[in-house]
Amino acid sequence: MITDIWTIMWKEIKELLTQRGRFRGGGAGMLIFIGVFGIFMPLQFGRSWVDSPAGLIYWAWIPFLLVSSVVADSFAGERERHTLETLLTSRLSDRAILFGKVLAAITYGWGFTIFSILLGLITVNVAFGKGQILLYPATIGLGILVLSFLVAGLAATLGVLVSLRASTVRQAQQTFTVAFFILFVPMFLLPMLPPAWLARIGQLLTTANVEVIASAVAVLLLIVDSGLLAIALARFKRARLILD
Amino acid sequence: MNTIAIRTQQLTRNFGAVRAVDGLSIEVPAGIVFGFLGPNGSGKTTTIRLLLGLLEANSGGAQVLDYDTRTQAEQIRQHSGALLEQSGIYERLSAADNLEFYGRVWRMPPAERSARIKELLTHLGLWDRRNELAGNWSRGMKQKLAIARTLLHRPSLVFLDEPTAGLDPVAAAALHEDLTSLVAREGVTVFLTTHNLAEAEKLCQQVGVIRQGRLLATGTPDQLRAQAGGPRLEIIGKGFTPQVIQQLQAQPMVSGVQVNNSHLTIQLRETKETAPLVTLLVGAGAQIEEVRKGKANLEETFLALVEEK
Repeated sequence: MITDIWTIMWKEIKELLTQRGRFRGGGAGMLIFIGVFGIFMPLQFGRSWVDSPAGLIYWAWIPFLLVSSVVADSFAGERERHTLETLLTSRLSDRAILFGKVLAAITYGWGFTIFSILLGLITVNVAFGKGQILLYPATIGLGILVLSFLVAGLAATLGVLVSLRASTVRQAQQTFTVAFFILFVPMFLLPMLPPAWLARIGQLLTTANVEVIASAVAVLLLIVDSGLLAIALARFKRARLILD
Repeated sequence: MNTIAIRTQQLTRNFGAVRAVDGLSIEVPAGIVFGFLGPNGSGKTTTIRLLLGLLEANSGGAQVLDYDTRTQAEQIRQHSGALLEQSGIYERLSAADNLEFYGRVWRMPPAERSARIKELLTHLGLWDRRNELAGNWSRGMKQKLAIARTLLHRPSLVFLDEPTAGLDPVAAAALHEDLTSLVAREGVTVFLTTHNLAEAEKLCQQVGVIRQGRLLATGTPDQLRAQAGGPRLEIIGKGFTPQVIQQLQAQPMVSGVQVNNSHLTIQLRETKETAPLVTLLVGAGAQIEEVRKGKANLEETFLALVEEK
């Protein structure tokens, strides 16, 4: 099955790069993105670009944005362009198709994130290194890699789940946005908690170890990612994909 | 492999209250082009989806290449190729990449894959344009590419769903030629759905006619023609008066007579000697310019079948 997953990934990434490789097909946006996160912001932040634990937050969010810009297309795009049924008449298993599409979206989002991280590191070292090599502290670096991967996974599994049933890419994007807000409803409800609870949470966050919080978030993300993937697999029915 | 490529028994599929395929029982011998004819919405595409195991039947069953469509759909898809109503070409990829992708899907070794892609694209006259984005191609070229994709992994059975729909006559004729030569060369069984009767007449050794999900008739085009119309005599001339027609209808070999201006069609029960009929007409005062012996074409047969039942 690994070969089949890789085959789907090959096609997805090739299509993405062909489309995005064109300036008007999203290539301009990607260049701006890489310029901002790989050059402009590291120059603005200086050494703190690699020292600060805040890196965990923004590097975790960037793959979400990248993946969400492409994942709605995964099934809805194939349906809209009338290529889905032909794909489903092939020998590929349901799992290979689904995992291939999820992993392709993750690879795209996480890949560009890693590329931007490396470019940012080069920028900081060239501009502020003064003969020293500046690197992320090991725990922050590892945290960034793990969290950004799991967040890319969150966007990919949620996006594929939505895209499975959407008849057009636009509809998938709209549903994805709504689903994204629903996932974050608990955060919007946070300010409504009693002041004493809020104070307690605030105290916990300020006193807790960054590594502990990052680990807890990673475990939570892993559970959510796995759950969404399991739901997507359960909803992957060839007959419904053709008739929807 | 069995000599029967496709066998269905009382295959039935409903969509809500609509019965798309209704008790379909057919046998398609291996190695032939089988035409599945029917008007739009008659259940042709649903039948293909059932045979590929993409849809489940509500009742009845089917075996394709000796595999059961309910339990062995993956094996069926492994050994068959399908060109559906839409070509299914990835327009953001080049022609070569489209075939490269499906070559990988069918797990063809890289060297064999490259050789086969070159062979098919060369045969279809597309090799020189293999690196162009397929999205920039004409519909006819995309359809040719889709045929190359369908035959890429040398399947033993190919489903072609309206392969020439939407093509101009020149492109359709070119595609017919390509299909005929490829099918002859590859020796595959073809299950072809179409409502283009001329196409079926040209390509198919056997046909089945379906309407509203029900099989109306099946057999070779000749058998169907015989079933629907039989032999006939077409005469162009003047003086086909009611008295002449009455005399003709009284002849034992004549089963029906129709007059349309100067065109007289005599339906025959048998293709024996027809000269006495001409002599009778001349004797009765008709002026004859042209006499032609013939059979109903598949289109007339199809219309007769569809209207009759």
